[in-house]
Amino acid sequence: MNITTFIFILLSVISVGSALMMIASKSPVHSILWLIIVFFTISGHYVLLNAQFLAVVNIIVYAGAIMVLFLFVVMLMNLNAETEPIKNYRLQLVGILSGGSLLLLLVLALMKIDASHQVQMKVGDAGLIKVLGMTLFKNYVLPFEISSVLFLSAMIGAVIIGKKEEKSAN
Amino acid sequence: MDIKAYIALSLTLFTIGLIGVLVRRNAIIIFMCIELMLNAVNLLLVAFSKMHAASPAVKALPTYASDAQVFVFFIMVVAAAEVSVGLAIIVMMYRNIHSVDVNFLNRLKH
Repeated sequence: MNITTFIFILLSVISVGSALMMIASKSPVHSILWLIIVFFTISGHYVLLNAQFLAVVNIIVYAGAIMVLFLFVVMLMNLNAETEPIKNYRLQLVGILSGGSLLLLLVLALMKIDASHQVQMKVGDAGLIKVLGMTLFKNYVLPFEISSVLFLSAMIGAVIIGKKEEKSAN
Repeated sequence: MDIKAYIALSLTLFTIGLIGVLVRRNAIIIFMCIELMLNAVNLLLVAFSKMHAASPAVKALPTYASDAQVFVFFIMVVAAAEVSVGLAIIVMMYRNIHSVDVNFLNRLKH
């Protein structure tokens, strides 16, 4: 077993284990911290695939901005393990069974595929910022500009939703 | 590394996110599970991009392999916008019903 396979298996085990801990832990703050570990391991996978730009952006956007936003909201609401709503066990069991059978079905379908394609690891310039920038600003300029409008509308929407309602409006 | 290993990993992460949506009742945790599912899809897109980078067709078309990574970039952009609006909705819900339990949001039923 070479070093790349070892790192892949290590990162996969950590990410799946942290994801399981995320949905299993009672306290929302602990769930967020486990999810941050999942995002870091996914960034590790990107580094292993030599997608350096996405690795850095994943850490900055997901583990940085988005999870800090989640943590901020959880601490604002003062949620902890005591306030956590518990679903009844029969519904939990049904959820786990249906999800597990979906996974079983998909993995069995995957195993029936005979074709084998190798993924290019650690080399290649497809994920470098120069190539991605050329692709983004040559072929995808219009979606890039539209996403700025999306951000503007999301910002205005968040402010309007989060604003306290005036008494006269009721 | 075979592409099947990456598909299996992404399927596992996606299913864990799906189970989380089905099992948990806290709206914030459900939202985080959706983020996990988005990340599983992102990982699979990057793996497919690198699979195409190893194929001979990449010589004819220079952006053949990096298209998928631009898609991942756009998914991250949309996810960031989605999180800001979604968390604002959850904060408003908490202000109105003083709970993040999604089972209280069944008023359309009555």
